[in-house]
Amino acid sequence: MARGASLPITIRQVTKGYGKVLALDRVDLDVRSGEFLTLLGPSGSGKTTLLMVLAGFTRPDHGSLLFGEEEVIRRPPHKRDVGMVFQNYALFPHMDVAANIAFPLKLRGTPRADVARRVEQALELVQLGGYGARRVDQLSGGQRQRVALARAIVFEPRILLMDEPLSALDKQLREHMQIELRRLHDRLGMTTVYVTHDQREALTMSDRIAVINGGRIMQVDAPRPLYERPANRFVAEFIGESTFLPVAASAGGFAHAGRVLKVAAPPAATGRCLLMLRPERLRILAAPDDALNMLTARVEDVVYQGDSVLVQAVLPDGCRIGVRAVSTAAAMATVARPGDTVTLGLAPEDTVILGEG
Amino acid sequence: MPAERANADGLRRDALRERLALFGLGSPALLLVLVVMVLPVGWLFSLSFLSDEGALSLEHYRRMLEQPSYARIFVTTFQVSALTTGICIALGYPLAYVLSQLPRRAANLCMIGVLLPFWTSLLVRTYAWLVLLQRQGVINGWGIELGLWSEPLPLVHNLAGTLIGMVHIMLPFLILPLYGTMRAIDRDYVKAAANLGAGPVRAFWQVFFPLSLPGLFGGALIVFILCLGFYVTPAVLGGGRVIMVSNRIATDIELFFNWGAASALGVVLLVLTLGLLYAAARLVRLDGVLGGHGT
Repeated sequence: MARGASLPITIRQVTKGYGKVLALDRVDLDVRSGEFLTLLGPSGSGKTTLLMVLAGFTRPDHGSLLFGEEEVIRRPPHKRDVGMVFQNYALFPHMDVAANIAFPLKLRGTPRADVARRVEQALELVQLGGYGARRVDQLSGGQRQRVALARAIVFEPRILLMDEPLSALDKQLREHMQIELRRLHDRLGMTTVYVTHDQREALTMSDRIAVINGGRIMQVDAPRPLYERPANRFVAEFIGESTFLPVAASAGGFAHAGRVLKVAAPPAATGRCLLMLRPERLRILAAPDDALNMLTARVEDVVYQGDSVLVQAVLPDGCRIGVRAVSTAAAMATVARPGDTVTLGLAPEDTVILGEG
Repeated sequence: MPAERANADGLRRDALRERLALFGLGSPALLLVLVVMVLPVGWLFSLSFLSDEGALSLEHYRRMLEQPSYARIFVTTFQVSALTTGICIALGYPLAYVLSQLPRRAANLCMIGVLLPFWTSLLVRTYAWLVLLQRQGVINGWGIELGLWSEPLPLVHNLAGTLIGMVHIMLPFLILPLYGTMRAIDRDYVKAAANLGAGPVRAFWQVFFPLSLPGLFGGALIVFILCLGFYVTPAVLGGGRVIMVSNRIATDIELFFNWGAASALGVVLLVLTLGLLYAAARLVRLDGVLGGHGT
C-alpha cells in the first residue's frame, strides 16, 4: 500500500446528552489532514463518545462534523468510509483472517483477483503474511490486533479511528505496537484519531493530543508543550505526576514561602495561582544554587523503583512532594535517607505557574 | 520416606476422596435416571421383540413394514414436526431478534410474556385453543361478525388446528436458546460490519445471522424432537385426522392392549430421534471445523 490521501476533520459545537449528563459539551476540534491526534481522558470523559460520533454510531444532539469540506453528521456509518479499530477488535468469528480483511473490499465491489492481492498486501503490512487461512480464535491478542488494523486500512480510508486498540495487550507488546502503529501511520499518511486513557501511550504516539474531561476539550497541543505547559490543573494532574503549591502574586511576580520565584517565561495566569512540581524536574542539591528556585524539605521515605528512585519529602508547610532521580550507582550511593533535611532545586525553565482551578 | 516424595500418598488419597465426594453428589440423579429411564425403556425394548404368545419374534416390526398405515403415521409425525419447527422459526426468530436488541430490563419484561404459557398446564392451553378455534368459537364468531369471512373456517380438528396449538406451545423452546445466543453476540460485530461499509441488511445477513445460527439450530432441534413425541395437542386439536406416533401408541395400548406393537413404535421413534440427534451433532461439529462459531 502506498501513501494514500487523507482528509481533515472539523468538529463544531458537537453536543451529546444522556439524560441530564452531557457526554459531549459543545466540542470544537480540528484534526489536520494526515495528523495523528489522540483523544486522551479518564473513563467517562467523553473521548469514546466523540470517536463514536466520528464513526457514526452515536447520534449527537446537535453540532457539525466535516470530513474535508463535506458535512457528514447525518451520514450513516456504512457510508462514512472511515476505517476503525475496535477496542475488542470485533473480528468476525465465523470468517477466517482473509475473509475478515476481504469483507470491506467485497462490499465495495473490488474484483476477485484484486481482493486476494490486496488482502495479502495488507497482511504483509502488519507483518502477518501467510496468515490468511487462520481462524480468528487461533490468533494471539497481538495478532488479532494486527488483523483488525489490516481490515481497517485495506480499503484505504482517508480517516482511521482507533478505540483503545492496545488496551488488551500486555505491557511489552503494547509498547512495541505503539511504535509500530506510529510507523504505519507515517507510511500510510491517513488522518488518525486515536482514543486512549494511557497518557504515556498518547505522549509516545501522537502529533497532537486533545485532553478531554467532562465532555469538554481541556487542551489540544503537541506532547511536549502539553506536558511542560499544561493549560490547567486537570491537564497537569492527568498527564504525568505533579504536586501543586499555592503561590501568591507579589511585586516581582509570584512568590512561595516568601521567596520570589524565578521563571523563564512570565506566566499568563494572574491572581491566586499554583506552582506545578513534577518529581523528575526537581533535584536534590548538594549545595545551594542561586540560579535555581530552592525549597527545603524533610525526607520521609526513599523508594527504589528499578529505573528510578523516588524520594518522598515534606515541605515545612506540610505539603508532600516527590523527587525522582535516575537510579545510577552514583546516585544510589549518595541518595538521601529518611529524616534528612534536603534542599531541592527547580530550574527557572521548569518552573510552571498555573491559574487555580 | 525420602524427602522429595514427602506426603505423596496423603495427597493422592485427598485427590481420590474429592473425586468420590463429587460422584456422591451426582449419584441420586444417576440412580433416578437408571430407575425411571433406563429400566422402563429396556423393558419396553424387550417387549417389542416378543410375540403376543410371549415367544421371541420380529412380528411387530414386520407388521410395521407391511402395513402402509404405519409408514403414514411416521410421515405425518415428521411432517407435523417439521412444519411446527418451520413456523416457530418464522415467528420466533424476529421476536428473539427484537428482544435481543432491547435494553436488558425491557427484554426481561417481554420475556415474561414469552414464558407465561410455560406456567400454564399444556392440557389447559390445548383445550383453550379448542374453545377459540371451533366452529362456534371466539375467532370464527368475531370473524363472521366483522364480515371478514362468511362461513366458519375449519380451524380445528385438522392439521391447521394441530399446528396452531403446537406452535404456541413450542415457541418458547425456540426463543429461549435463540435469545441467549443473540444476546451474547457482541454488538461491535454489527458495528464493525457497518463501519466497513455494510448497510443494515447486509450487516444482518453476513454477520448477525451466521453468528445466531448455533442458537437457531439448538432451538429448532429441541422443538423438532419435542414435537416428534407430541400426544395431547394432536389428539385434541387434530380431531382424529392428525395421527402421530404417540397417538398410535396410545391407541395400541388403550384399545388393543397390544404392548408389543406399542413398544415397537416407541423403539422405532427413539432410534429415529437418536439418529437425528447424531446427524445434528455431526453437522454442528462440521460447522465448527469450517471456521464456524461452534457450540
